[in-house]
Amino acid sequence: MNVLTDNFSTYAQGFLGTLQLTVYASVLALVLGFVMASFRVAPVAALRAVGAAWVTVLRNTPLTLLFFAVLLGLPRFGLVLPFQVFAVLALGCYTSAFICEALRAGINTVPKGQGEAARSLGMTFGQTLGLVVLPQAFRSVIPPVGSTLIALAKNSAIAGAFSVTELLGTYKTLGELGYDVVWTFVWIAVGYLVVTLAISALFNLLERTWGVAR
Amino acid sequence: MAVDPLIELRDVNKYYGELHVLRDINLTVGTGEVVVVIGPSGSGKSTLCRTINRLEDIHSGTVAFDGRPLPAEGRALARLRAEVGMVFQSFNLFAHRTVLQNVSLAQVKVRRRGRGEADRRSRELLDRVGLLAHADKYPVQLSGGQQQRVAIARALAMEPKALLFDEPTSALDPEMINEVLEVMRQLARDGMTMVVVTHEMGFARASAHRVVFMADGGIVEDRAPEEFFTSPRSERAKDFLSKILKH
Repeated sequence: MNVLTDNFSTYAQGFLGTLQLTVYASVLALVLGFVMASFRVAPVAALRAVGAAWVTVLRNTPLTLLFFAVLLGLPRFGLVLPFQVFAVLALGCYTSAFICEALRAGINTVPKGQGEAARSLGMTFGQTLGLVVLPQAFRSVIPPVGSTLIALAKNSAIAGAFSVTELLGTYKTLGELGYDVVWTFVWIAVGYLVVTLAISALFNLLERTWGVAR
Repeated sequence: MAVDPLIELRDVNKYYGELHVLRDINLTVGTGEVVVVIGPSGSGKSTLCRTINRLEDIHSGTVAFDGRPLPAEGRALARLRAEVGMVFQSFNLFAHRTVLQNVSLAQVKVRRRGRGEADRRSRELLDRVGLLAHADKYPVQLSGGQQQRVAIARALAMEPKALLFDEPTSALDPEMINEVLEVMRQLARDGMTMVVVTHEMGFARASAHRVVFMADGGIVEDRAPEEFFTSPRSERAKDFLSKILKH
């Protein structure tokens, strides 16, 4: 029980690491997912191909493999960054493929006539998407995007294996200090719960404010 | 009538896979002309209407508006579409915007009018279609007939040179059809150029300058309404009219 109080700063550092990974990677995933979803519904065939390739490659690569590819691969091309940045890149890009598909599913729920009406009024593709289709798609993608970001928070644990400070990795330090492994993990689990339940609460709020009225 | 051609379709062909939906369509609509397109379902009349602002691509032939062929998808086409209003069977009002915002949105974003000016103009138009009191409601709170009148106001807000109507009353309950037709009759009297795909023969007789009868993707007859309804030339038209005018 006193594993938490004795090692609060270790836990706090780990928690903060997980929180940072989650927030930064979420932002990256949302932005990239948004761009890729736009590509996938664009009238330009080349953009659609880029979007499809992005999703296919990233969604079908095991996340651990992707971490190896980014952490070991990019330095070979002369790109040397802190491990935490590499981890955010791997996690964000991986999750963006899932965000993209959630957004695209949402776009497909908006009746075709909405886009046609916008285009018939002289709106460009960007205006049609941004002013008419996405605001309506947004309502139906809140739940799946929430789930995807919760998955991201938990997936951030993989970064611990690549010597990035995060919550799960604290068990090694505490294990070496001889603390009971069960309690060590209980408090780690509580830490993850705080992050994932916070994401849940945020998305419940979004859904109440913006969700589809039934 | 067709002194000043506004819409010109020349040898237009379109296929859906094997299906030949538009066959060698030649059609000219002059400025100020009201052309009603009728025909059995599946005859290609909606597709024809949608090729005029290129919501449907064509495989051969040319469509020209105001003397210029329609450009490819992009900004130039968007600019041209702003000149051609369209009213849909299913209204297609923006579900997440109020009635007023529906009418103002494209004025602000496409015509670059100020919000205040756009809203003022929108209120005028809503007043004209009898819906000013509903300006702050959402589309779902209106009846079908009211939604369609908002859709007409939204199209008019762009000050289009022509209006396309794709079966504007087909999704309406019978008692609401007339309120929409009344707005359309008024537009016809005001000299708006209109292409109207419809099953409302009364509107065709009263307001159209020409009736275009389509069957199997081709134009079979293109004549003044009185002539067409009293003495159709083709067997297809006789057959069609006998079916719809009997009940």
